[in-house]
Amino acid sequence: MELGKSPLFERVERARRRKPRVKDEFITLAHGSGGRAMHDLVEGLFLDYFRNPLLEALEDQAVFEIAGGARAPRIAFTTDSYVVTPLFFPGGDIGRLAVCGTVNDLAMSGARPLYLSAGFIIEEGFAVADLKRILQSMRDAAEEVGAQIVTGDTKVVQRGGADKLFINTSGVGLIEHDARISAANARPGDKIILSGAMGDHGTTILVARGDLDLETEIASDVAPLWPLVEAMLGATTEIHSLRDPTRGGVATALNEIAHNSNVCFQLDEECLPAREEVKGACEILGLDPLYMANEGKLIAIAPAESADLLVARMREHPSGREARIIGEARAEPPGIVVMNTSFGGTRIVDMLVGEQLPRIC
Amino acid sequence: MKYLDEYRNGEIAKRLAGEIARLSARIGDPPLNLMEVCGGHTHTIFKYGIEDLLPPNIQMIHGPGCPVCVIPLGRVDDALAIAKREGVIFTTFGDMMRVPGSKTSLLQAKAEGADVRMVYSPLDALKLAKGNPDRDVVFLALGFETTAPSTALTVMAAAKEEVDNFSVFCNHIMIVPALKALLDSPDLKLDGFVGPGHVSAVIGARVYEFASREYGKPLVVSGFEPLDVLQSVAMIMKQIVEGRAEVEIQYSRFVSRDGNANALAAICEIFEARDYFEWRGLGSIAHSGLKIKKAYGRFDAELRFAVPGLRIADPKACQCGEILKGVKKPWECKVFGTACTPETPIGSCMVSSEGACAAYYNFGRLSKIAERSAAAPAVG
Repeated sequence: MELGKSPLFERVERARRRKPRVKDEFITLAHGSGGRAMHDLVEGLFLDYFRNPLLEALEDQAVFEIAGGARAPRIAFTTDSYVVTPLFFPGGDIGRLAVCGTVNDLAMSGARPLYLSAGFIIEEGFAVADLKRILQSMRDAAEEVGAQIVTGDTKVVQRGGADKLFINTSGVGLIEHDARISAANARPGDKIILSGAMGDHGTTILVARGDLDLETEIASDVAPLWPLVEAMLGATTEIHSLRDPTRGGVATALNEIAHNSNVCFQLDEECLPAREEVKGACEILGLDPLYMANEGKLIAIAPAESADLLVARMREHPSGREARIIGEARAEPPGIVVMNTSFGGTRIVDMLVGEQLPRIC
Repeated sequence: MKYLDEYRNGEIAKRLAGEIARLSARIGDPPLNLMEVCGGHTHTIFKYGIEDLLPPNIQMIHGPGCPVCVIPLGRVDDALAIAKREGVIFTTFGDMMRVPGSKTSLLQAKAEGADVRMVYSPLDALKLAKGNPDRDVVFLALGFETTAPSTALTVMAAAKEEVDNFSVFCNHIMIVPALKALLDSPDLKLDGFVGPGHVSAVIGARVYEFASREYGKPLVVSGFEPLDVLQSVAMIMKQIVEGRAEVEIQYSRFVSRDGNANALAAICEIFEARDYFEWRGLGSIAHSGLKIKKAYGRFDAELRFAVPGLRIADPKACQCGEILKGVKKPWECKVFGTACTPETPIGSCMVSSEGACAAYYNFGRLSKIAERSAAAPAVG
């Protein structure tokens, strides 16, 4: 039996390829979790209303040229909102997250981040001392990549109108090389590189919320990725795709690239890095580090010829010390991610559906 | 992870798979149908790709041991009716949030304004009740005898501390009546059971002896790590090859013949058997559900709130029943993967990650991939 001809496979693939539609009457938390429901909301609703060629690419940033001409500089533009609870967590805070998240979305197109905006929605009664700490974090994070926060906005809402503090940042960056980095550019034979251990941020936040009575030493990995990307581009511009696996984790990011590039990713479970504390916390909660959020890691898809060079260069950089190849791209079956388990079996690694809910027994 | 990685060792798996292959060669045709009763085992089988390690004449049938999967539509509607009441904080385990009732799910009710919260333990719900004395806090309890003791202990704590605004919507079920009902079902073709693990830590392994004695089926109580499951399969096959039908315990690090006396005492203190309880797909099974005893009636949400209590037929297209009995494979259901997906589940087998359909959908087993990857060079 040919792979892809199995009745199960065909049925599931047909459903997966179905045009996304939003059938729900109300928005649920699942629509914001970075998984399938959000994917459907974005493609089935936002894209329907705002459709244009730049948005249709559904990258983490839009890339365009301002002036005409063959050598016109390419600009990357992106925006993101931050609503994390708690505002302060081991390894960072909402301010550092707000700068790094937007910087990273720019960096994933290979753009040097230049200018950022910052919008604040503040709940009445918020402590100014806390705000100062957050602003300091934002300044520090921006300085790490040489970006500047050049415009902003502030709104204060009544108590209960927002949960303490929400931040929106937008960013503009400049692409200074010829590489066309896109989630649609992965090719069969490419290697999948992951810059470090999975799930630190997601696990940290889950534990920091305090309702699990777990104590761990895990800290968020929140960090700007541009310095790492700059070092990688210095080694080679032979990079096909870059993604920072935030909500929905490595599994969801790889599914998006596999889908957009029409390739199959084959992962090797034994090569997937996660800290013992993260694995332990996930084990207890019935979660999977593959689906846990990261805020300072990247996935690079690169041709086999340049992969080893890239990994070597990444390992020289503080943000990429644990970089490694975790799998490779194949032609068949397109659009899916499969994993060879360390146990000797195989399974499909699908996108996250809804919230990653703990199992009960 | 220490104490876990040992049970996930690929080398030992190969050796066990070899032993299973040798045993299966002595069995030949027709294929053996082995049912793993527990949803936790189904999850393990898919997560680690265990079926890839089994010879073609061993087929795993995914049984009804996922409590979320067997909760009937009517009970979900009852839960929704309570959750939507003014002043109620409705709490439950995460998996239960997405289970569809006849119209909506708890997750949708939450989006529409009901105060529905996910908890990790019934004690969290009790804590909520103590912190919100002006609200009615209801805990939707579900699960087999595995989770019933913690619900029982929570009700005992609520009684002791006189937390009057706390109650339990009880959907606890019992594994032995369900197994009996399965074994009595005429269209069932099973040769042996991978027996439930966590439940057996509470109720012990002795209670399954009817399966071997009266029905001649071997049953091996199994742990949840992949090596546990493989070893249990090997133990069942050894019994079949040797012409035995016995109850054996592979999961001996937790399970004894007699179970946990303290946990059983807690269950008996708080609960009694219902005359009948409805199981999704399997229908009404006598003495298979637990309800709160009269002495603790003030903590019974069914007595405190008027619930519709309607019996609602499963959607016609849904074949959860055949799938839970192992008569049909998930993909043989007409709506599998088309109308019924994990995002828009019709049947509850598609909701929980332990449900057979969701497991197939999410972890789908593509036998040919294993062959291809074996032929391909290792990565990394």
